[in-house]
Amino acid sequence: MNEIARVSDFDVKDYLRLNLMPHFMCPGCGHGIALRSLLWAVHELGIDRNKLAVVCGIGCSGRTGAYIDANTFHTTHGRPLAFATGLKLARPDLTVVVITGDGDCLAIGGNHLIHACRRNLDITCLMLNNEIYGMTGGQVSPTTSATRVTSTTPAGNTEPTFDACKLADAAGASFVGREVTRQAPALKNLIRAAIEHDGFSFVEVMSDCTEIYGRKNELGESAEMILSQKSDMVPDGLGNAPDQPFRPNRMATGILARHARPEYGRTYRERSAELRAGTEG
Amino acid sequence: MSSSLHSLQGNKACALAAIAAGCRFFAGYPITPSSEIAEQMSRDLPRVDGVFVQMEDEIASLAAVIGASLGGSKAMTATSGPGFSLMQENLGFAAMTEVPCVIINVMRGGPSTGMPTKPAQGDIMQARWGTHGDHPIIVVAPASVQEVYAETIRAFNLSERFRVPVVVLYDQIIAHLIETVELPPKGSIHTVERKWASGTEEGFKPYAETDDLVPVMARPGDGHRLHVTGLTHTEDGFPTQKPDLAAHALNRILDKIERNRAEIDKVEQIETKDAGTVIVAVGIAARAARRAVQMLRSEGIRAGLVRPVTLWPFPDEALRAATANARAVLVPEMNAGQLIHEVQRVVGGSAKVAGLNRVDGEPIPPAAIAQKVRELVADE
Ligand SMILES: Cc1ncc(C[n+]2csc(CCOP(=O)(O)OP(=O)(O)O)c2C)c(N)n1
Ligand code: SF4
Ligand SMILES: [Mg+2]
Repeated sequence: MNEIARVSDFDVKDYLRLNLMPHFMCPGCGHGIALRSLLWAVHELGIDRNKLAVVCGIGCSGRTGAYIDANTFHTTHGRPLAFATGLKLARPDLTVVVITGDGDCLAIGGNHLIHACRRNLDITCLMLNNEIYGMTGGQVSPTTSATRVTSTTPAGNTEPTFDACKLADAAGASFVGREVTRQAPALKNLIRAAIEHDGFSFVEVMSDCTEIYGRKNELGESAEMILSQKSDMVPDGLGNAPDQPFRPNRMATGILARHARPEYGRTYRERSAELRAGTEG
Repeated sequence: MSSSLHSLQGNKACALAAIAAGCRFFAGYPITPSSEIAEQMSRDLPRVDGVFVQMEDEIASLAAVIGASLGGSKAMTATSGPGFSLMQENLGFAAMTEVPCVIINVMRGGPSTGMPTKPAQGDIMQARWGTHGDHPIIVVAPASVQEVYAETIRAFNLSERFRVPVVVLYDQIIAHLIETVELPPKGSIHTVERKWASGTEEGFKPYAETDDLVPVMARPGDGHRLHVTGLTHTEDGFPTQKPDLAAHALNRILDKIERNRAEIDKVEQIETKDAGTVIVAVGIAARAARRAVQMLRSEGIRAGLVRPVTLWPFPDEALRAATANARAVLVPEMNAGQLIHEVQRVVGGSAKVAGLNRVDGEPIPPAAIAQKVRELVADE
């Protein structure tokens, strides 16, 4: 199937809880594109929605999950990966996707992120990075670019940032990728590959907080913000990520790392079965 | 098959009881004096096709437990004060979203790191009020290894029955005490299963009010595609800020416990019928109090004991009845005075209420309790 045929085959409305509309997101917010791209990937993969579990943190990013017509869990701030770990270990038959934000995932939830990467359970983690705490009114986050103005950095951010993908890779994630909301089909493909991957997948989605971040930093209308993603990103990142200490001006996109590592849930179940055979035999 | 006698440590009895109650998921983080529970679960769960996972901290531990319970497993964690503090936010999440889970809190000296290897009863109030906001919770307080076994099973049953987090609260002494325990024969243990939706009901509402106020739970994958949120939610599970719906949602989860007290309450009473002095104590302090009652009775002093086994909700009625004719009430506890506030609230001015407190990491001996009762009697 070519791209056009697949696009026409997919109707996002089939996957949404339309009774909840209108949604809460501000006009132009990048999180909507991320949500749509996820559902597009789910559609292409033919995942049974009864078997899809979407576990969200707290934030504008975390609120997106409620609109998905699947099993959706809106947990506590920073902890969705820990909830998802229990759910996936108890229910390996479910496809588990986590939606988190840059604050949720890298600040309050940073410890859970690195351990989820290390454990390598078959969970797909989408981190919607808008470089800001959107929900609470635009405070600085661990990914806010240098000099940006936020409600808690009135004179411009002076803190260094995380490169979330490098962090995830170093912590052992067996699949790492990054994509911009400007490239919805590419984002869809990346999420699709991440879900298909057998193990922990980390996907950083470069999203835009148009209302707060955009306004405070005079980044223009939402269309201008999304277009600027073009100059900031380097496509096709595999093995190509710029070697810079903090968030570089230009970031690599695409699949950045992919390793074959044993999926933890299966390893645990196999080892348990051996134990049982040993005690019973 | 008949029951069998075993020499068991408190923490081991707890783990065995959990498996017997149907627990198939444990997530935890090591902490003295609770670690033996995790160690035992790591050995036993794989053998019953369950899952043990050591998480990165206690916040993650309870989160994983709730995640597994949402998936359909009976699940628990075990910890002590510092870890229990870290669990409070997710404990509130479980109360709000009505996800069954069991939390073992083995009390040690506090606050902060305190005295890790010493017993205390300093978490009595935290177990009730630790998470923010008004919330339902059940706390049980066993006083022997035998009772740790029974109460851990009852904790699972109550949690599944009422879709509420249940805390099993005991202390370092009971955790590490080795006593002879009678284990019931396999198959004779009463276990309770959650009310599950079939997945095919028309217009299913996950938080619909039922006769007993406990909503029917839906398992992911069975057909109902539900939303679970810690935000205040309506019967269909989605957030609301409408005052009437918000009040109704909170009142229902609180009433769920209050209205079902008959199934939840459990109090042991010793010699309270004619008691002029009633001792109120829980856990290890109650064991010393029991001995003190024997000593006092042999001297002709009419002492009795009220021991809440279900500590929260607090047994107001039983205590009021037991102290109706008492002139004095003594509350021995291994903290600076927590239980005594509840006792004072219930007893009011009808009897003099005194405390006997110890915060040095040592148990209160029976002789100290007996002596305090003698003083109270002499004062009259
Ligand atoms: C324990 C706790 N601390 C703080 C908050 C308040 N809070 C809600 S969302 C949020 C930040 C969200 O930022 P991010 O994860 O980047 O999501 P975004 O809104 O930008 O999508 C904070 C601090 C909370 N809900 N819980
Ligand atoms: S505040 Fe920012 S992140 Fe939140 S919905 Fe609005 S634009 Fe999106
Ligand atoms: Mg953000």
